[in-house]
Amino acid sequence: MRRKSLRFGALLAALTVALVAVASGFGRPDGGGSDTLVFAGAADPTYLDPALVSDGESFRITKQIYEGLVELKPGTTVVQPALATSWTTSKDGKTWAFTLRKGVKFHDGTAFNAAAVCANFNRWYNFSGPFQDASATYYYQAIFYGFKKNESETLSPSLYKSCKARGNTATITLAKRNGPFLPSLVLSAFAMQSPAAMAQYGANQGEIRTGAFYPTGTYAFSHPTGTGPYKFEQWTVGERVVLTRNESYWRAKPPLKTIIVRPISNNTARLQALQTREINGYDLVAPQDIPTIRSASGLKVLNRPPFNVAYVTINQAKPPMNNILVRQAVAHGLDRQSVVNSFYAGRAQVAHQFMPPQVPGYNKDVRKYPYDPERAKALLQRAGLTLPVEIEFWYPTGVSRPYMPDPKRNFEAFAASLEKSGFKVVAQTGPWRPDYVKKVNEGTAGHLNLIGWTGDYGHADNFVGTFFQTYSPQWGFRNNAIHRILDRAEQEVDTKKRDKLYLQANKLIMDFLPGVPYAHTTPALGFEQRVRGYVASPIGTDPFYGVSVGGQ
Amino acid sequence: MLRFVVRRLLLLVPILIGLSLLVFLWTRALPGSPAESLLGERATPAAVAAIKKQYGLDEPVHEQYWNYVKETASGHLGVSIASRRLVTEEIKQKFPATIELALAAMFLSILLGVPLGFLAAKRYGTPVDHASLVASLIGISVPIFFLAIILKYIFAVRLAWLPSVGRIDVTNFEFEPRTNFYILDAILARDWATLRDVLEHLILPAVALGSIPLAIIARITRAAVLDVQSEDYVRTARAKGLAPRIVDRRHILRNALLPVTTIIGLQTGLLLSGAILTETVFAYPGVGSWLRDAIFNRDYPVLQGGVLFLAAVFVLVNLVVDISYAIINPRIRYS
Repeated sequence: MRRKSLRFGALLAALTVALVAVASGFGRPDGGGSDTLVFAGAADPTYLDPALVSDGESFRITKQIYEGLVELKPGTTVVQPALATSWTTSKDGKTWAFTLRKGVKFHDGTAFNAAAVCANFNRWYNFSGPFQDASATYYYQAIFYGFKKNESETLSPSLYKSCKARGNTATITLAKRNGPFLPSLVLSAFAMQSPAAMAQYGANQGEIRTGAFYPTGTYAFSHPTGTGPYKFEQWTVGERVVLTRNESYWRAKPPLKTIIVRPISNNTARLQALQTREINGYDLVAPQDIPTIRSASGLKVLNRPPFNVAYVTINQAKPPMNNILVRQAVAHGLDRQSVVNSFYAGRAQVAHQFMPPQVPGYNKDVRKYPYDPERAKALLQRAGLTLPVEIEFWYPTGVSRPYMPDPKRNFEAFAASLEKSGFKVVAQTGPWRPDYVKKVNEGTAGHLNLIGWTGDYGHADNFVGTFFQTYSPQWGFRNNAIHRILDRAEQEVDTKKRDKLYLQANKLIMDFLPGVPYAHTTPALGFEQRVRGYVASPIGTDPFYGVSVGGQ
Repeated sequence: MLRFVVRRLLLLVPILIGLSLLVFLWTRALPGSPAESLLGERATPAAVAAIKKQYGLDEPVHEQYWNYVKETASGHLGVSIASRRLVTEEIKQKFPATIELALAAMFLSILLGVPLGFLAAKRYGTPVDHASLVASLIGISVPIFFLAIILKYIFAVRLAWLPSVGRIDVTNFEFEPRTNFYILDAILARDWATLRDVLEHLILPAVALGSIPLAIIARITRAAVLDVQSEDYVRTARAKGLAPRIVDRRHILRNALLPVTTIIGLQTGLLLSGAILTETVFAYPGVGSWLRDAIFNRDYPVLQGGVLFLAAVFVLVNLVVDISYAIINPRIRYS
């Protein structure tokens, strides 16, 4: 009997020793050496055809493979030349002539030229069937509204009309003046793709399976072809996307030879992978992990410029919110500074208008509404109301958004400060899923509700235009002065005039006070200290060109 | 025996039909729809309606079910709403990873659990027995994700002995998997460095995932051995003067393994659900983390196809267990 148990003991010991022996060889990996960057995102890309996706993880990859006619100056929302070296606009603002960079080649060796530009624009314009679905061509529809032959009543006529290739110039004609056209061309969705590769690998082939569009060609999975600094090498779903240096890139050669992007959906797992150096950097750092990264030796936190806004909707369809004095009382009754100080871990600034400072047209001189309970009460009394004024205030549960990490705490602090300011707050909650946003959009989420927005591209139309250009049940007001100036600003192609119009619009909006913006947050990325040259873009699609790992 | 297997396989058909209905109703009963999940702040009523139309979610529920049954019967499990890839393709890619993980976890728990249980029973009432009881109680009660995070923190972050995420070193460009069973592929390719790397990636998730079955197997083995060793035939065998080693192996362990085998079958099925947490924590690209994301995204095709597939596997595993009874104990005959 004793011999038997000895044998079991020996077996266990042997197993443990074997495990440790296997394990001990692992050591601390160096994260891939100095010519490779291993970066973690939260998920796999959807497709690598940027025209057919709208998610950040897909754009993270396509941004390295493709380039647009224009691009953002790194770290800003300023538009600068990329594949187009310059451009001119006709007087009526409808015709745009892009002079193209010479000598640029796609990764398949074919030439990038005016014909290729027109082929790309015409591809989007001629999309039919399942390609016209919003989930396939979200950004095309957001900017160009419709297609050559619209197959749904919800689509509007196309903004794009035609493209002419002459010599080194691609001339694009629009149906009407449109301000967001040029800045929106920085979006990966409008990047230039090789017409030859798209034809060869069936980029426009797809079919409907169980009601969903599914591309049957291989282009979007294994043959994405652009002009960018990195070429597609390999994609193993769930594990990695591998990109290699484009040796004949038109700019100086990128410092890194290989880029590996791997999907890690769990926040803690991404942090630990950085701590173990299995990755060199990662996006979407959870606010609570920032101190850990800061205090770890050899690691650093990188800030992404704020590009979002958290705000309190005031629904004017519900009296007494149609009275400006009451809205002003709400604004003075919200202690925004305390909320930002207490619940954003130093990662936010108080918002005074409905767009972040990065966006051209931001007006520093809009009317501000400091926290002042006494003034709020006086305003309510001036409005002829008996205190306290009862209001319904909604906030979402089961969600954390970049601009609103903990909605409940924001709500509680706001409710407390409003109660001190002559209001009686009736709390209402709704789960984010299924339909909190829908209730907000339909105007059925109380007098006040908490919500926010993250921008897609650096144009004020993407913020204030989205909110206030037309009547929406969310806000429940019509104000022709605001609607009209936003219309004019959207159509203005002269950037100076456009910015002036948005300065005025922002002033008008904050005087009229359709809601109370309260925070712009700064998202964070985590890196090894030896990673250099990474510049985070406000819109979230960062170029890896210029990044190096280690070295002197 | 053959008739038994065929009958059990035929039974699979009504089981799967019933299950498909259950899964279908369950996904529809979840609050919200893929449309709201996908759109977030951009969920305007028009956009929600457009997505519902695209995926046929605006049709009556019975028609949705009928369409789903038709598609499934023809071998299609649909297209994932979130990733927009074929569900069958995703299963083909991710299932081998989960199988590898589940087998490794089961291997560890049998390898440790059976001897531990046996030892505890043999040393009944001694400190060894008590220690094993306490350890198995802890094994059962500690949540998998908690254990996983602790294991990672100690062995990956602090000691740097083992990797913390994934299935393989992502900077390995030589290895080309053929079957997606990486251990098998590495052995076939005689790529020992990769084999070692894959095993290293497997250890922590397998220990975390195997903790509960290990504890349960140890306890059941202990109870079964205690039961069997007081049987008359064991006493007779000993009285005949058989060597204790032979009594232990042939008379005690073999008979005690019968309930243990049942538990192993059931636990193998449960491992698949435990994999959801383990895979998420270790960013291990299997069906577990895939299904978790699908629940969050209300990705109906993935949930329907994935759960149906796992259920079929569960039933098949238990069939294999039933067959193995006959091998372990020749007294059992199926007809």
